[in-house]
Amino acid sequence: MIEVRNLVKYYGDFPAVKDITFSVEKGEILGFLGPNAAGKTTTMRIITGYMPATRGTVKVAGYDVFEHPLEVKKRIGYLPENPPLYMDMRVRDYLRFVAEIKGVDRKGVNAEVERVAELVSITHVLDKYAQKLSKGYRQRVGLAQALINNPPVLILDEPTIGLDPKQIIEVRELIKSLGSEHTIILSTHILPEVSMTCSRVVIINEGKLVAMDTPENLTARLQGSETVFVEVEGPIQDVLGAIEKMEEVISATVEQRKGDEVGLFKVQARVGSDIRKKLASLVVNSNWGLLELRPEKLSLEEIFLKLTTKEEELN
Amino acid sequence: MRNMAAIFKRDARGYFTSPIAYVVIGLFLVVTGIFYYLMLRSFLQYSYAVMMQRAGVSVNVNLMMVRPFLLNMSVIVLFIVPVITMRSFSEDKKAGTMELLLTNPVTNWQIILGKFFASYLLYIVMVSVTFIFMLFLFIWGEPQFMPIFIGYLGILLMGAGLIALGNFISSLTENQIVAAVGTFGATMLLWVIGFAGDYAGKIFGSILKYLSIVEHFDDFSKGIFDTSHLVFYLSLMFVMLFLTYQSIESAKWRG
Repeated sequence: MIEVRNLVKYYGDFPAVKDITFSVEKGEILGFLGPNAAGKTTTMRIITGYMPATRGTVKVAGYDVFEHPLEVKKRIGYLPENPPLYMDMRVRDYLRFVAEIKGVDRKGVNAEVERVAELVSITHVLDKYAQKLSKGYRQRVGLAQALINNPPVLILDEPTIGLDPKQIIEVRELIKSLGSEHTIILSTHILPEVSMTCSRVVIINEGKLVAMDTPENLTARLQGSETVFVEVEGPIQDVLGAIEKMEEVISATVEQRKGDEVGLFKVQARVGSDIRKKLASLVVNSNWGLLELRPEKLSLEEIFLKLTTKEEELN
Repeated sequence: MRNMAAIFKRDARGYFTSPIAYVVIGLFLVVTGIFYYLMLRSFLQYSYAVMMQRAGVSVNVNLMMVRPFLLNMSVIVLFIVPVITMRSFSEDKKAGTMELLLTNPVTNWQIILGKFFASYLLYIVMVSVTFIFMLFLFIWGEPQFMPIFIGYLGILLMGAGLIALGNFISSLTENQIVAAVGTFGATMLLWVIGFAGDYAGKIFGSILKYLSIVEHFDDFSKGIFDTSHLVFYLSLMFVMLFLTYQSIESAKWRG
């Protein structure tokens, strides 16, 4: 549904996004996780057609954002970081206005406004001016605006920011329930939010894609294990079996077959057990050839650390 | 078309449901009203004096009263237009609603024209209200209608160029004050450039005079409809609308 390829964005000389590639399938909820200023908002803005990319392509439902912006915009409901409300308008008039520019059928405008208002439970504030609403309600009106005309793709930039805990739970439930019919990208810098709502996570840091996985795998990778890549010359099945038998190893997989007798293995071991030494002696003692041995880059853990400390501060 | 209408409606409502429209119209009426009163008084004194000297001769109302009033109004609008246009794009940029417009299936031209017509509507209403003053002349005098009509047409055409100019400057900044001051500076420049034309050389002077926005109104105030002035005002409008388009596009690229 959404295809992002080699996306690069410069603000002047400053690279905000450096070569990001990922895709989102229909009905998936993708979480964008990363510290502040990681490039989440920029990436989302490019997908929505708000700004063009410096390089790279974005396709939504098969349409290139740059070549067919209107076709893409028709299919996206977007909630920016700050809900884009007209403060001098009543919520109802505002939603009507959005319905009109989204091309909702003239007769269906009122019904559509009622529908989205019900969905995010703002029916009782429809006749209030946006100015008078609390941050939480403004956020919900922003969400309602994104849902108008039932777009197949939803892009939500920090949808739960500024809400109280009860509202956060409500919004997360809402997003989850929308996930069955919509393709959703949501950004957040709160780790648990991702594991609660998303089916897949993309971690971005300093404009680069650091990891992409399911929340379960990610959490396992981050919390319970250390990953080591080892390239060994030897009968692949035997090597794999031998590695798996080591007591510190949680799992081992063949990452890449480089020939009949050469394989790159990905080994996950318990935290704190630096198994590189043991692994090396295992390979050597078995008379196999040790071609490469390297731990996974640390950046993921670093980001994880940043994210978790943030969450603790919030609590 | 519908998108443009939606944006036009929203912006127009923004003007007329807030105090802005009423403050602008009220202020404009007060200022033009004062000038109207002063001019009418001196006009009456003058025509009274003429009547005392030669019975049966009446002074031309169009020439002696309507024309100076319209010339006067053409300058006053230069001061008011910045207040009308200052919010049209700046406010959306500041509030983040520009992001809403640009991420919905709306083209740049629909946004620009919707906003242009909304602020132009306020201008038209504001200018039209002063027609009440003319009604008094019709009740107690015998002015010709066509010159007045052409004069008002001139004010409206000039306004189209000015409003487009103000919208363009508003699209450059998210600060309404900057937009207002910038537009004010631009309209003043387009006015005084004509004075400078008197002192510049022959060719350069006539170029400066040609660029002066008020200079082109002179014929309209006499009740003369000259297409060259029409072309000037419409060109100003189109150039400014085009520049607004460029400004929105380049803002996208800069991010």
